Amino acid sequence: MAEARPDPCVVVVEDEPQIRRFLRAALAGQGFRVHEAGTGADGLVEVASRQPDVVILDLGLPDMDGLDLIRKVREWSAVPVIVLSARGQEADKVAALDAGADDYLSKPFGVGELMARMRVALRHRARVSDGALESAFSFGELHVDLAVRRVTVGGAQVHLTPIEYRLLAVLVHHAGKVITHRQLLGEVWGPNATEQAHYLRVYMAHLRRKLEADAARPRYLLTEAGVGYRLAAE
Amino acid sequence: MPDRRPNPDAFLARVKEQEARRARGKLKVFFGAAAGVGKTYAMLEAARAQRAAGVEVVAGVIETHRRAETEALLEGFEILPRRRVEYRGTTLEEFDLDVALARHPALMLVDEIAHTNAPESRHAKRWQDVIELLDAGIDVYTTLNVQHLESLNDLVAKITGVVVRETVPDSVLEQADEVELVDLPAEDLRRRLKEGKVYVAHQAAEAVEHFFREGNLNALRELALRHTAERVDAKMQRYRREHAIDTVWPVAERVLVCIGPSPASARLVRAGRRLAAQLEAPWVVAYVETAARRSLGEEDRARIAETLRLAESLGAETVTLTGTRMSDEILAYARSRNVSKIVIGKPTRGFWQRVFLGSIVDTLVRGSGEIDIYVISGDGTPAPTPRTRTRPRAGRPLAYAAAIAAVLSSTALAWLMFPSFELSNIVMVYLLGVVIVAMRFGRAASALASVLSVAAFDFFFVPPYYTFAVSDSQYLITFAVMFVVALVISGLTVRTRDQAEAARTQERRTAALFSLSRELAAAREIAPLLEAAVRHLIEVFGGRIVILLPDATGRLEQRAGQLAPFNMDASDLAVAQWAFEHRAAAGAGTDNVPGAQMRFEPLTSSRGVVGVVGMRPAEPRAFDAPEQAHLLETFVSQVAVAVDRALLDEEAQTAQVRVEAERVRNALLSAVSHDLRTPLTAITGAASAALEGETRIDAVTRRELLESIRDEAERLNRLVNNLLDVTRLESGSLQLRREWIPVEELVGVALARLAKPLSERKVTTRLPEDLPPVHVDGLLVEQVFINLLENATKHTPAGQPIDVDARREGNEVVVEIADRGPGLPAGEEQKIFDKFYGVGGGGGAGLGLTICRAIVEAHGGRIGGQNRPGGGALLRFSLPAGEPPRPPESAGG
Repeated sequence: MAEARPDPCVVVVEDEPQIRRFLRAALAGQGFRVHEAGTGADGLVEVASRQPDVVILDLGLPDMDGLDLIRKVREWSAVPVIVLSARGQEADKVAALDAGADDYLSKPFGVGELMARMRVALRHRARVSDGALESAFSFGELHVDLAVRRVTVGGAQVHLTPIEYRLLAVLVHHAGKVITHRQLLGEVWGPNATEQAHYLRVYMAHLRRKLEADAARPRYLLTEAGVGYRLAAE
Repeated sequence: MPDRRPNPDAFLARVKEQEARRARGKLKVFFGAAAGVGKTYAMLEAARAQRAAGVEVVAGVIETHRRAETEALLEGFEILPRRRVEYRGTTLEEFDLDVALARHPALMLVDEIAHTNAPESRHAKRWQDVIELLDAGIDVYTTLNVQHLESLNDLVAKITGVVVRETVPDSVLEQADEVELVDLPAEDLRRRLKEGKVYVAHQAAEAVEHFFREGNLNALRELALRHTAERVDAKMQRYRREHAIDTVWPVAERVLVCIGPSPASARLVRAGRRLAAQLEAPWVVAYVETAARRSLGEEDRARIAETLRLAESLGAETVTLTGTRMSDEILAYARSRNVSKIVIGKPTRGFWQRVFLGSIVDTLVRGSGEIDIYVISGDGTPAPTPRTRTRPRAGRPLAYAAAIAAVLSSTALAWLMFPSFELSNIVMVYLLGVVIVAMRFGRAASALASVLSVAAFDFFFVPPYYTFAVSDSQYLITFAVMFVVALVISGLTVRTRDQAEAARTQERRTAALFSLSRELAAAREIAPLLEAAVRHLIEVFGGRIVILLPDATGRLEQRAGQLAPFNMDASDLAVAQWAFEHRAAAGAGTDNVPGAQMRFEPLTSSRGVVGVVGMRPAEPRAFDAPEQAHLLETFVSQVAVAVDRALLDEEAQTAQVRVEAERVRNALLSAVSHDLRTPLTAITGAASAALEGETRIDAVTRRELLESIRDEAERLNRLVNNLLDVTRLESGSLQLRREWIPVEELVGVALARLAKPLSERKVTTRLPEDLPPVHVDGLLVEQVFINLLENATKHTPAGQPIDVDARREGNEVVVEIADRGPGLPAGEEQKIFDKFYGVGGGGGAGLGLTICRAIVEAHGGRIGGQNRPGGGALLRFSLPAGEPPRPPESAGG
């Protein structure tokens, strides 16, 4: 359905006019149709009436909590939501992601970052609407073939423990997207382990030592400080 | 032309007085010559007028004595319930001060201000209740008869022959904003008395008839009228002064009243008070303690104490002087205090004493110079002579026995000497005996010894022997001289001894005071100061002592001292609070709440009351003696000054800290504005260059401009982040969200964040495989890495390498970030972490390293810097590390 449209459509919900202005210029320049809303209420109306491909949502709206808006949208739509938030409000970002947002950007951000997030979001949306799950992932030297459970770096096969493999598989499913600690823990260890972030860190460290050339400067397994992890996809 | 304006001090004093009056309630006194003139009636009428004018009036106490017309007037007033007190089987109904204060009307009627409250009441006298009502801001109407006025009390007694026990200090009437004289001609009053309209309590009809004689009544009326007139005069004078009408300012007068142990001294005090009031002068009542007076009996000492208390209640300053000659002490003190008038009683020494010892009045008059001496008559009661002292030295019978024994010994010695020595030497032996007795056993014993010595000498050694008869009349002269010499020597010896004792007592007090003030001066902090004060007070006065200071809300709390095994209960605290709020001593042995267990003295300094000293003396009447009371006063005022000084010190320090904080804030502001403006200037400049040169500049230049905008904006962003961090760290609201995090993850985030500034450098990270995770707040520690790396890039030329090392040391992970730049300035390796290090050098706020230190220290780690061998700076910090709970490998399945 989204593919049928010539240009992807984006709704920007943001109260600061100067940020809306810069987003409009940047997004229109990249070939998006842009619809704007200055308040949460207007935003809901826009999202419902325009049926956009992506929503960009500022968490600090004057009239309503961004989290509420995400929950309301999620009641009837799976549209990708990218939240904008200031640094130092990591807890808000995590809450927004756990409530159903797809990704986030910390203010201030550059157009390059924004476009990368948009592309990932659109790709995932397309995949979800196709109903097809990724069976293989490839970025740089790293290849993951989920069908045969084979992981190689620069052609050399890497042996992973079952948990390390499961962790990597979850990241591959969400390649390019941020995943919160909670989401990762829930998918790998089950719903009872969602508060045990240090498990995750230990296995992530193991995984990095096996996959990265320099664990302190990861190319694939990126840390999103205070939020979670992201598997680099482009 | 003389200056017509009041001097600033006087003006200030007046302003203060007016301030105090504005907040206080107003007092109106209905003043009459005797009972029955209609004071209560007049008061009620005035109150009705007030009520009609809309003022909220409550009748606190009204004694109608069941007079119909008065009761009719009282109708319609709200009447406060009385407090019932059981006392010796009868129920007394008293004015309930607490209910009155709680009710807090605009105007309260309190009849008969001279009334004495039932025992166990808060105040001994009703006038004290009235003062408290006024202090609480309640206006009071009250009534007073002239005979109850303290300073006129003795005059009234003289006129009427009736001694009135219930008295009110003159100061109360002076505080009155209005005094209304209620006057009734004597014959009318007598008629009312006959008609039974005058209520006179507990007095026999005869006495009443005596009191209400026409002559008496007229005299009382005259007294009342005169007193009111004087008051009006004083008011007039004050008005003139306030409005600078009088160009002739009264010369500063000061009245000194010298009192002694005689009961007539009370009269002296009242006379002095009247004189001082007429002159509007401050007055001092002095008691001179001479060696002879030191040996006064208990009764006399009690009277002196009472006279001094009377003087204080009349508003005098009291002082006890110590010396050998009364007149010298008085004059020296008078000169030191600029006294202009001295009031002294008529001499009580007999003619012979005056001939030999001189009269104090004569000496005073001779030495007084410009000071006026007023000699006031006594009231006919003979002054007790010092000879009537009752305080025995070593027990009277023992002293007399010793005198007899001394004479026997002298006789025995003389008997041995008699065959070979002249009679004159025998006399010397007896004189020696008298001197010894005088030294040890006092005046009476030595007088006895003198008599016995002469008798023994006569009996044993003067022919004819073994009779008291004398053959040669020459010996009579020997006897007389021997007797006189014996008496004089013994007198001198006793006096010397007494003086030595007085000096020793004085010495002890001075030493105690000296050591107190020395220790108080040494203590700078409030806590040790209070401890020292308590220790000294206990040393000198015994018993148990506590010191209470007010907290921020003005509630007293115990700050030093111990009461154990007793406890200070709520009622004690209430008394202490009262003393604090009313700036007056309260509790046991004082006029306020005398029924309390403890005594509380306010610590009064120039700035007001700073606290309260609480005492539980070892014996209940410990402070009744005037010298003890004065010593206590001196001690307490010393402590008050010291406490005040310490509090001021504390305030000054707080102010200093505030000033310092202000200075730091200003420095921060200027540094931050510098830091903010630099990137903003670059952004504005680059953006306008790109816009305005749109057509002329080439693509490369445009790109450079845009890149510079982006980079400067990022710099601005980092600065704002640092500022936010500083605010968060300094507000104290920071809560660490500790997690177990591998060091490489922290390093990774920092390197990723600084990818651009670090792009042209080789950053070598050496993290051992077995490095344990650190237990830290990830976001904050990432900031430490970012700031340290950024610091290295800032201080080294582009292209220089940076090394990041980490290793385990015990329960910590130590991280080192080193560069090959110019290194740290020698001696300032630690200072670089100080706030605003480098401020003023154009380096900006320099907050980065300060933030690092705050974060590292918040985690319990250390941070430091040093120069590397081979050049460059090395910054090192430690973080707590350890083994996190093991993750389950098999979980999930």
